[in-house]
Amino acid sequence: MTMTRTAEQPLTELEQVTIRFAGDSGDGIQLTGRQFTVTTAIIGNDLSTLPDFPAEIRAPAGSLPGVSGFQINFSSKDIRTPGDEPNVLVAYNPAALKVNIGDLVEGGYLIVNEDAFTSGNLDKAGYQSNPLEDGSLTRFRLIKVPLSTLTQNALASTGLGKKDTERCKNFFSLGMMYWLYDRPMEPTLEWIADKFSKNPQIAEANAMALKAGYNFADTTELFGQHFTVKKATLPPGFYRNVTGNEATALGFIAASRLSGLPLFYGSYPITPASDILHELSRHRNFGVKTFQAEDEIAAVAATIGAAYTGAIGLTGTSGPGVALKSEAIGLAVMTELPIIIANVQRGGPSTGLPTKTEQADLLQAMFGRNGECPVAIVAPATPGECFTMAVEAVRIALKHMVPVFYLSDGYLANGAEPWQVPAASDLPKIEVNFAKSIPEGSEKFMPYARDPQTLARPWAIPGTPGLEHRIGGLEKQDVTGNVSYDPHNHEHMIRTRAEKVERIALDIPDVEILGKPEGKLLVIAWGGTYGAVTSAVEQVQAQGKSVSAIHLRYLNPFPKNLGSILQRFEKVLVPEINMGQLRLLLRAKFLVDAIGLNQMQGKPFKISHIIKKINEVLG
Amino acid sequence: MSLTTPKNGEIPERPVAKLTRKDFITDQEVRWCPGCGDYSILAQMQKVLPELGVPREKIVFVSGIGCSSRFPYYVNTYGFHSIHGRAPAVATGVKASNPDLMVWVITGDGDGLSIGGNHLIHAIRRNVDINIVLFNNRIYGLTKGQYSPTSEFGKKTKSSPFGTIESPLNPLDVALSAQATFVARSLDIDTNHLSQTLARAAQHKGTSFVEVYQNCNIFNDGAFDAFAEKKIRSDRMIAIEHGKPLVFGKDRNKGIRLNGLRPEVVDLGNSITEADLLVHDEKAPDKTLAYFLAHMEFPEFPVPMGVFYESSQPSYEVLLEQQIEAARRAKGHGDLDALLRAGDTWTVEA
Repeated sequence: MTMTRTAEQPLTELEQVTIRFAGDSGDGIQLTGRQFTVTTAIIGNDLSTLPDFPAEIRAPAGSLPGVSGFQINFSSKDIRTPGDEPNVLVAYNPAALKVNIGDLVEGGYLIVNEDAFTSGNLDKAGYQSNPLEDGSLTRFRLIKVPLSTLTQNALASTGLGKKDTERCKNFFSLGMMYWLYDRPMEPTLEWIADKFSKNPQIAEANAMALKAGYNFADTTELFGQHFTVKKATLPPGFYRNVTGNEATALGFIAASRLSGLPLFYGSYPITPASDILHELSRHRNFGVKTFQAEDEIAAVAATIGAAYTGAIGLTGTSGPGVALKSEAIGLAVMTELPIIIANVQRGGPSTGLPTKTEQADLLQAMFGRNGECPVAIVAPATPGECFTMAVEAVRIALKHMVPVFYLSDGYLANGAEPWQVPAASDLPKIEVNFAKSIPEGSEKFMPYARDPQTLARPWAIPGTPGLEHRIGGLEKQDVTGNVSYDPHNHEHMIRTRAEKVERIALDIPDVEILGKPEGKLLVIAWGGTYGAVTSAVEQVQAQGKSVSAIHLRYLNPFPKNLGSILQRFEKVLVPEINMGQLRLLLRAKFLVDAIGLNQMQGKPFKISHIIKKINEVLG
Repeated sequence: MSLTTPKNGEIPERPVAKLTRKDFITDQEVRWCPGCGDYSILAQMQKVLPELGVPREKIVFVSGIGCSSRFPYYVNTYGFHSIHGRAPAVATGVKASNPDLMVWVITGDGDGLSIGGNHLIHAIRRNVDINIVLFNNRIYGLTKGQYSPTSEFGKKTKSSPFGTIESPLNPLDVALSAQATFVARSLDIDTNHLSQTLARAAQHKGTSFVEVYQNCNIFNDGAFDAFAEKKIRSDRMIAIEHGKPLVFGKDRNKGIRLNGLRPEVVDLGNSITEADLLVHDEKAPDKTLAYFLAHMEFPEFPVPMGVFYESSQPSYEVLLEQQIEAARRAKGHGDLDALLRAGDTWTVEA
């Protein structure tokens, strides 16, 4: 295709843009979004993404439940969320338009594939009349593009059939977006060449579609102008675009290296945690042993067996899987073995919303087992931080001989952001002390003798001569580890196991305050709401209002300075993607009259939503 | 940053001292009911273990829940009394994580075939090199007398006062169908046969499955008396041996012959000789013979004891280690910096 540029069109600089791609799950939406993300990362914008896909692999084409979306927020400034509302919506069919149009900002670009607005597709989406013609979209800058036709024409020379050319239309639209936001095509062209190296005809077609879309936007003056977003001023360093699940997997591999122990990952496939299994199973050369178990229970049971044997025992799942693992987690508590349970939370209860995010498993992690059964709980705040907190989960488990919950969520797991890659040599070593022999002065090995500081019991692994011992789920006599039904011993052991977890507070950092150390309102968040809450608080602070924030990465035990911080604020607000689970814990532990902001729609918070609530509470 | 292989601690090797039965007895008081068949199985295990040439510290007993599952407390090795039904999964983690260990799973008919049925078949299917000993007493003992998945149809128990309306599982059938590479049966009170069978199971590489008929003298006393009582046993049970014809009887005057597709009991003599009988072949790859034998039930047939089937297949933990070695040969021992710096990357200059 040859095109002649008519005239140079004006290029306007913007600070920040949010684009959402939406279409059928078979339209290649996630692929298009990821390509835009990679290119945007490479040119140095700060960014955050929100993939949003249906639970069905291929729901009926054109139907509302089959709509897949991908939102990217990119900026020349520091950003922490995928953006409240898109400035640009690319809708590949009427269903995608219907599901997403409510989020598009007024005056935003609405780019639609005109070819898909057939009466059949309009019916499937439940439109009585064609919204492209009935005047219902006048609040937006509507750009109607016959994407299918244009792509077909552009690829006429390739000899590909209609079905094949139709599949290239996402690249045509991606090309248009590259022109509109002044991005280079090279990274995607390279990716296409690599990805389709075994099928040069398809590679050629996709590359042609991308270029054709770019040139089409340029020559037709469809938009009348285009935009640029300058590089963000990220701290100097080496960056990588990571999703939370990738960073989680990398963190656990790093923990294996830092501790010198092999990583054992027992898991049963479950959305949205399966990508951790996929990633870890690729890295056998790091000594990683992945075990795809017959069920969730076997996954954790094998993990306990591995931990007993001296490996880093990690099991990963989502909420329904944790429910099945509960009894075995109790066994790890009773046998005081270090395992890590990674829960990538999703909408519940039961099967719930498998592909959507929620934070409603905090109390499950805290209390969801029979008996008094304390575990440590940590939660990363951002996709990149999944790496750090995975290492931290392992460190705590090994040092304190305690099961540790690692609570990620669907939003962190699938969302991506630039991550400053640490040098392996800068990461702190994780100390491991296996029991090697019977301590001097003792005649017998005592599997439940305790470290006076941490109360951790010795980790004596099979293969160590002289330390043969038996453990199990029956109550243990302290020190000897013998089965004991003694009433006083039972109470002593319950209190000891609780105290052991409480003492972890001495081994974790104090929580830092964003803003002044006292004032009218303290906003407390945990997990994946970090970005939205922090951005909201900073914006309200900029208006001179008395609001501060803290973000909890340690949920059990809490950082030891938390109680004193709470006392210094008149009001406490806890935004959560649940009915108020952290709030319940804070109220119980600190007798604080915390206010909740609770949303359970399978979606992250919008910054504006939190700002509104903060202002409401401030009065 | 060290690039050496992460290892399970540094375990000092020591010469294997000659061990005796006493070395495998713990200081714990054995708390099974007096007269329980479990005592005999424990005694035979403690007799066999010193003969295996494996140091105590390299042996791990894993169990689930039930009377039999108290077993690890009484054996002076490493031991893990886990939770109901999950022992095969725990043991899989132990063995996969450290293939140097000899791992035994002690389970029962309820633990292994009811609540833990899924783990049992999948551990067997994977052929993890563990030895599973299933104590079959056809009853729930620890919960005081409910029927189990091996209780005979119609059996009256505390939870089935009108008789069960469920068909029992045949443990050997389950194991064979789950692709077991070693399947055997023995009897608690036949001490010689039991110790020999346990020794064979220990020597097999891959999952060994041993069913032991075990008498619960409190809740199901005499469950096997009809054929296992000492006086009549030789007429009503048959010890199967590889390469030998299926002969049984106190006077060794009876045998098993194949009639079309069905086995039948025949009297030796007249025109029938040992040459007419089925010859046991535990290595027969199609398992047909093993299934014949597993399906032989009293009173129509003598009940077989011995090794029904054995085949040599690579075990799970060996294949896992091979994948690690192959990956390291191809990609090196894993460079953490290179791993972290892969993917879509860029540099922000100062």
